[in-house]
Amino acid sequence: MLHTFVAYVDDLPGVLTRVASLFRRLNINIHSLTVGRSERAGLSRMTMVCEASAEAGHRIRASLFKLENVVDVDDIGKAPTVTRELALIKVATTPQNRSQIFDLVEVFRARIVDLAPESLMIELTGVESKIEGLIEVLREDEGRILEICRSGKMTMRRGHHISSVLKAMGAGVDDKPEAGAEPAEALEESAGAEPE
Amino acid sequence: MGTNATTQASNAHQAEPTRLTGAEIVWATLVGEGVTDVFGYPGGAILPVYDALRKFPIHHTLVRHEQGAAHMADGYARASGKVGVAIATSGPGATNLVTGIATAMLDSIPIVCITGNVSSKVLGTDAFQEVDITGITLPVTKHNFLINRAEDIAPAIRYAFQIAKSARPGPVLVDITKDAQQATAIFDFEAAKPRAVRPHPMRIIEESDLAKAAELIRTAKRPVILAGHGIIESGAEEQVRTLAERAQIPVALTLLGLGAFPASHPLNLGMMGMHGESWVNHAIQDADLLIACGMRFDDRVTGTTSTYATKAKKIHIEVDPAELNKNIKIDVPLAGDLREVLEELLPRISGRDGSAWLKSIDSIKGASAVRDIKNLPDLGHLYAAHVIHDIWRITGGNAIVVTDVGQHQMWEAQYYHHEQPRTLITSGGLGTMGFALPAAIGAKFACPEKEVWVIAGDGGFQMTSAELSTIAQEGIKINIAIINNGYLGMVRQWQEFFYERNYESTPLISPDFVKLAEAHGIAGLTVRTRAELASAVEQARSAPGAFLLNFKVEKEESVYPMIPVGNALHEMIRRPGKDALLENADD
Repeated sequence: MLHTFVAYVDDLPGVLTRVASLFRRLNINIHSLTVGRSERAGLSRMTMVCEASAEAGHRIRASLFKLENVVDVDDIGKAPTVTRELALIKVATTPQNRSQIFDLVEVFRARIVDLAPESLMIELTGVESKIEGLIEVLREDEGRILEICRSGKMTMRRGHHISSVLKAMGAGVDDKPEAGAEPAEALEESAGAEPE
Repeated sequence: MGTNATTQASNAHQAEPTRLTGAEIVWATLVGEGVTDVFGYPGGAILPVYDALRKFPIHHTLVRHEQGAAHMADGYARASGKVGVAIATSGPGATNLVTGIATAMLDSIPIVCITGNVSSKVLGTDAFQEVDITGITLPVTKHNFLINRAEDIAPAIRYAFQIAKSARPGPVLVDITKDAQQATAIFDFEAAKPRAVRPHPMRIIEESDLAKAAELIRTAKRPVILAGHGIIESGAEEQVRTLAERAQIPVALTLLGLGAFPASHPLNLGMMGMHGESWVNHAIQDADLLIACGMRFDDRVTGTTSTYATKAKKIHIEVDPAELNKNIKIDVPLAGDLREVLEELLPRISGRDGSAWLKSIDSIKGASAVRDIKNLPDLGHLYAAHVIHDIWRITGGNAIVVTDVGQHQMWEAQYYHHEQPRTLITSGGLGTMGFALPAAIGAKFACPEKEVWVIAGDGGFQMTSAELSTIAQEGIKINIAIINNGYLGMVRQWQEFFYERNYESTPLISPDFVKLAEAHGIAGLTVRTRAELASAVEQARSAPGAFLLNFKVEKEESVYPMIPVGNALHEMIRRPGKDALLENADD
């Protein structure tokens, strides 16, 4: 079955290697792994998705905790979550099929983020099946997809949820907004509370 | 030992913050951590550290190969319970440590290895003797550090000590670039203290689980305690003994658990597993409750897991949550420090009548169960069993015995009866040949007042025999017994049982070990018959310096009983025919 873990790890050189190396050692393939800054200074947040037996979840989580740089690990299991993936898809276009792609983008609630004479780039955020859906439709015309870049899954539990570890560490929320954050974009994102 | 030990630098850990070089900080931090002995080998990238050594009250033992340094630190840690320290230079010095680090990792031994590395300016350029040792040792250390600033050295070393000895112990490596050793920084021992160990969210004992465990123990008809190395690491010998005595539960031990529960105790069954006594494995297979204390259901003690103790409920008390439900399905997992968990569990345990179960185990033991072979007739053959039995008898079971890996290791476990923890030092998890001689040197430095015996095979001894020079240089008293059968005996035994006696690459020619010892200024004696055995052991013990005994034993003797890989725990290969060394009466 697919396991999803969310981990807080030290934002230091080599930490990603330690985490990745653990999965290698357990002979488990990582489906996707995303890393980025968290709400806490000095800690990165990872979402890891891997395929392993149903019983393996406990051991993977316990083994992650053995890494000195891993601060907290949440085995998401079947808990209610919001899971998203970002995809950038570059598509070859002609003046004839461009409007057809615009329609597709509209249906999938994606966005055109780059438009060139012979290609355009689509940005799509959503659950895996939605992204697979758009790719499948785009593939109906052979050779149309030039490049696909997918972020891998990002997961957050729904509702107010905080682990005992993070609670013990106290509120670490960095209330300074990231430089360059665009409020307009943030608003737009929050409006798109589409059902999965 | 530094002669001018009382210098400003050597007392730096208890003084005001002082400006020191990185190299001095290394030693000052070690002194602050209570280190008195280190084992190492100098080289270019660690030279600043060696240059500063004379200012500090630390004894450095020069090894002959860095693998020896890691094993000595390991032996020191196993004998003393303290953290062992090994030092090496960059490149080959560092890679030579790896086998020793992995040995400590697999057996959860707290050691700190300090390596030099090339200057930070040339890191990653394949400079002379540069190797990515933190990358190489990543999977065989609990944690490692690459340090390239003098001010980071003290915090890293203090943190390394904390990691090495906390929870489930293990090795930690601190790699320090040469420029960091040469630069200066303010040394403040107190300020370098690591933050407290984070509470582990999976190391939580539920009240309901303790109650469940107590109820299982109360109602069990055929319980067995499985006693492992965690008892010694946690210091839970008393608690395990109290549990066993109060509830009248027999105790089976793992190889690394030997000594954690007295061999002479009436509830001690003996060693379990691949070369365990038959009645121990039968008792486990028949049990209705297993109480696993600080052991990890290694494949060498379970046989095939699908047929392992199928009638038994299992309680597993273990500090590492990743070990729970790893190999064997557990009914009541108790993740925590063994001593702390038992302290909570014991008040819930009341007296129990275990006599029927104990009697039924006794009945399968039979008359020869005591393995007391001293009254057997001398048939002219010298068996390893005789040698080890006599060493046990003559040392009164009070020596620290350090074994290598192979047949002699299993015979030691069967015939030397350990009453005290930390008296058997052996590489269990990794099974590292060449471990015994250097580990014994470490053990001797940890316990200079104790009698230390090396028991090694002729194969493994040659892997690290260069450390005889270290013994000679340090002038330490270690007794060495080589069980010399002219074969890589355990491999030969597998070839005999499973490869149709095709003795490929297992017969080996060895040097005359007595002459080899003499070349190092160490006295020695070859023993060929049982008649010479006892007096030779006495001679070795009474010799003022180190002494080597070369026991020419039966060449094609095997360790019985044996569970072949893939068999259930009770499906053992028994000793064929009626032989003087029968391991069980009902063969």
